[in-house]
Amino acid sequence: MAKPTFAMYWAASCGGCEISLLNIGEKILDVDAAFQVVFWPCVADFKYSDVEGYPDGYIDLCLFNGAIRNSENEELAHLLRRKSKTLVAFGSCAYEGCAPGLANLTTNAATMRTIYTDCLTTDETRDRLPQPLSMVPEGEIRIPVLYETVRALDQVVPVDYIIPGCPPEAHQIAAVIQAVISGVPLPAPGGKVIGAGTVAVCEECPLAKNVKQITRFYRPYELVPEPGICLLEQGLVCMGPATRSGCGALCPQVGMRCEGCYGPLDGQDQGARMLSAIASVVAAGGPDQDEAEQEHAIAAVMDTLADPAGTFYRFSLAHSLLRRVRVAEPGT
Amino acid sequence: MSPEHADRTRGSPHGAPGAEQEPRVGVYVCHCGHNIANTVAVDEVAEWAGGQAHVTVARDYKFMCSSLGQELIEQDIKERGLNRVVVAACSPHMHEKTFRNTCQRAGLNPFLFEMANIRELGSWATDDREAATQKAKAQVKGAVERAVLQRPLDPLYVDINPNTLVVGGGIAGLTAALELANAGYHVYLVERDSSIGGHMAKLDKTFPTLDCAACILTPKMVDAENHPNITLMTWSEVLSVHGYVGNFSVRVRKRARFINEELCTGCGTCVEKCPVRIIDQNFEVGLGYRKAVYRNFPQAIPKYPVIDPDNCTFFQRGKCRACEIVCPTDAIDFKQKDEIVDLEIGNIILATGYEQFDARTIPQYGYGRLANVFTSMEFERMVNAAGPTAGRVVLRDGVTAPKRVGIIHCVGSRDKKYHEYCSRACCMAALKFAHLVHERVPEAEVFNFYIDIRAAGKHYEEFYHRVLSEGAHLIRGRVAEVTDAARGPGEEGQLIIQVEDTLIGKQRRIPVDMVILMAGMEARKDARQVANLFGLGCDFEGWFTERHAKLDPVVTMTEGILIAGACQGPKAIPESVAQGSAAAARVAGMIGQRTMKMEPVRASIDADSCSGCRICNNLCPYHAIVYHEDRRVSEVLTALCQGCGACVAACPSAAISGAHFTRDQVMAQIEGILWDARQPEVLWLEPA
Amino acid sequence: MENHFQPIIVGFLCNWCSYRAADLAGTARIHYAPTMRPIRVMCTARVEPEFVLKALREGADGVLIAGCHPGECHYVEGNIKALRRFTLLKALLRQFGIEEARVQLVWAAASEGKQLAEAVDRMTEELRALGPLRWRETVLGEQPVARRMAEAEVGG
Repeated sequence: MAKPTFAMYWAASCGGCEISLLNIGEKILDVDAAFQVVFWPCVADFKYSDVEGYPDGYIDLCLFNGAIRNSENEELAHLLRRKSKTLVAFGSCAYEGCAPGLANLTTNAATMRTIYTDCLTTDETRDRLPQPLSMVPEGEIRIPVLYETVRALDQVVPVDYIIPGCPPEAHQIAAVIQAVISGVPLPAPGGKVIGAGTVAVCEECPLAKNVKQITRFYRPYELVPEPGICLLEQGLVCMGPATRSGCGALCPQVGMRCEGCYGPLDGQDQGARMLSAIASVVAAGGPDQDEAEQEHAIAAVMDTLADPAGTFYRFSLAHSLLRRVRVAEPGT
Repeated sequence: MSPEHADRTRGSPHGAPGAEQEPRVGVYVCHCGHNIANTVAVDEVAEWAGGQAHVTVARDYKFMCSSLGQELIEQDIKERGLNRVVVAACSPHMHEKTFRNTCQRAGLNPFLFEMANIRELGSWATDDREAATQKAKAQVKGAVERAVLQRPLDPLYVDINPNTLVVGGGIAGLTAALELANAGYHVYLVERDSSIGGHMAKLDKTFPTLDCAACILTPKMVDAENHPNITLMTWSEVLSVHGYVGNFSVRVRKRARFINEELCTGCGTCVEKCPVRIIDQNFEVGLGYRKAVYRNFPQAIPKYPVIDPDNCTFFQRGKCRACEIVCPTDAIDFKQKDEIVDLEIGNIILATGYEQFDARTIPQYGYGRLANVFTSMEFERMVNAAGPTAGRVVLRDGVTAPKRVGIIHCVGSRDKKYHEYCSRACCMAALKFAHLVHERVPEAEVFNFYIDIRAAGKHYEEFYHRVLSEGAHLIRGRVAEVTDAARGPGEEGQLIIQVEDTLIGKQRRIPVDMVILMAGMEARKDARQVANLFGLGCDFEGWFTERHAKLDPVVTMTEGILIAGACQGPKAIPESVAQGSAAAARVAGMIGQRTMKMEPVRASIDADSCSGCRICNNLCPYHAIVYHEDRRVSEVLTALCQGCGACVAACPSAAISGAHFTRDQVMAQIEGILWDARQPEVLWLEPA
Repeated sequence: MENHFQPIIVGFLCNWCSYRAADLAGTARIHYAPTMRPIRVMCTARVEPEFVLKALREGADGVLIAGCHPGECHYVEGNIKALRRFTLLKALLRQFGIEEARVQLVWAAASEGKQLAEAVDRMTEELRALGPLRWRETVLGEQPVARRMAEAEVGG
């Protein structure tokens, strides 16, 4: 009997997901033994035309990592959706936009300006921005069109499963692959998260948790946290309480706040939930103050939290309720 | 699942049995005569609603709240199989109960009903018919979407422990305790001071009848002491309160008196022989002395004295033991320790009273600087036959009777700089003082300086006229200053009261030799801590907040915690007594029912979804959230929860759900209410 | 030219003070802009920032949260909890390019029907000056499904 077919694709992402997959160690040999790789640009030479040539539904399992940032990403998302029986949004970028999604905090024009004009090492005399279409002596060159808004994979095509994480932890990937290989039935598709926990990171976090009373916030460089104690209590904006478990609370264990890479729990807006939680435990504005004093005291504490949008939506901005910021005149 | 797709997962979580059936919503749009129909096109709204998703039947009717209107709903529930009802009519504060009962009568759980307020919040607030109709549709749509996700809820029942805790042994608390004890229920009466009686025990006469305060108070105190249903705990404070209505666990600290109550006969020999004499800042408000072993006053209840270790020679220097030597029953026990007592009770009545405004706060009135400026409480002690001067009205030197007495009303009250409110009892007390001065020093002249005379009460106005006829001078105007700086003849050696007499429109300087400041009432300094301890609210001034200022004045927002007397706001004796009785009646009513029905709008934590982050742990004003260290999850004690939803909104993993106001329900209502503004969900589309 | 834009405000009103204030405004026949669509909550502390974002996303031009005055909350200090969240939410909304006037927190006691009505009127005027938000259409660039399908047909 023919082996099931396997594909992995890399859209707007850093490549960490691919490395994480290889990080499963010698189990990668099981993957090779169990699957027939039919598309995996990162490790083997396949052309898009190869995929186009496959019949619809030919690919049994397709791991799609990376956000939808440009027209090529979107085209491949549609193509792979059509050709795949099971399409998995693999990693935070495909699931919720992740770091590429932070482009939604600004505009393409501003991004371009930063990279091609304002950057100190750029040769200003050339002053050339990449153009979708360029004429060269050999003919015309087209590059994909950069979209104004970064999207998650499920905002472009229906997704069967999600494996969250930036990147997904190797042991979680291994467990999912092992399950698929051994024929354990997966839950009904429809965008379900697999390869992760069902509660927040705090459950896996061994740090001691007490009642919280925050009087100011610290950025990671401003504070050497007390070991063994919940980082949030100490004023570090640890996203653990609003982030799905599955990573084993790796970061908080070594004194680094959770940044939220496993994304929100089911159906939530990770940033807004964390914002609500963290503002709720700010100890300022007691009942003995008058209205103006209360407002002032509360604002003073909140002001110590730098960049709320970037902090709360570091990974999930493109998949949040608002998805992106609003600019006065789009495109400027 | 992305948040914007949440609407597609609706109905799956927290599904109650039977709730999964296809929603069949009935929408009823009320005309309210012309009240709604004049501004909102009710027929149009009903017709439009009939075409909306989930809606089985939509009608408009003249008066939905009439019995015919209600029958219409009942009939549809039974015949059309409705499992959700939406009524678009007046405010839910008006008729939510009515229609919930309608649903219940027809066999539909009352929490599957939702109201859209298109009258108070709609037709009455505008005359723009088009906009009002559009808004009404939005409200109906929101209500329908929300109703679809509602779940049947059942009221909670809790057993009521018949024991009651009364905190504060002043006249309000005393009354409450006696009422309940007489009704046959056990009461623990906790008092911080060494004796019960409160402020009233310090008073001489009470207005307007001029009864002797002690004569009417002490019998009640004795009753309380001897009552088999009252456990008196003086010199005691509540340390902690846990639990919920019907089932509170309260921890009380009984401070050491250093007197063995079993042996003490209250003979008072120890007090007599104690060589230490200190100024009594508490009961005698600095006007008299007490010993290091003392009773507040001779008729103190209980009769046992207390030893004040801060001033006792034995405690300070290890010597003396005079009291121990003279005690005929060996009742002195220097080794006595504070005792912790745990009580199980069903209801708590707080009657913690007030404090007198500190007259030093107003420097221009000279209290503390000018010897012959007295506070009203000092004067009360002075005129009291059992007080430091044995009832003689004298200047600070202790011998000279005053010739001219100035009584200044509204000290610290009705003044935006101090307290904006009226302290309510001081006008009458000031008139009483005028009377008492005339009575004790017949040749003395009395001047009352008032803003308005507030004599609203039975026989109060008559008393005012009586005092006027006795010759008291009433000068209308707020006193600017009390000074000893003489400006002219007749002023030397006198206290001069500078005032604008607003009735004649002139500045006046009135020399007197005694000034009484009618210092107002204010909330106790620790009122806020006490409020936190018991989980109730305080207003900005520190007065405890009642559930409803008019209709529910002795009940708080916390079930099972009641308030009585001046802790809720300034009050004189009759109102305090009335509130004490009222609170007792409410408690007795609750005990009589044995169980209590409570609204099921409460929060609950799904233990499987709780990560134990403890964000919610200190958010509950009612201490309803507990953390289980062993399982590392938090839990809401349902009976304690009052349903505000603060924890629900704060839970970072949405593990807390607020019944009847769940996240899904509100989100659905938002979508519904914006039906005309939102665009349909844009899904993945193949590129064109 | 007169601005005829009729904004849509989602109003979260607490059961004890501001909802009663709104009731009172109606009972007293105080007329104000019919722009506020009310959602009753037990306390402003129940209002999740997600509710605000959801309303803005789904087409509201503004969100009004109204509660009891500080010190008068029926749940001791739920309104202060709301204020804490609101303060941080404002900082976030600023980053999202949403003007301050679009999301407001006001206090209205049960007796302050007039004040609540004035707050709605004032906010309506402010939103009128700012213009519509229409988040999904203007910010996310989404078009109603029907239109896109029609275009696809023309294009195909």
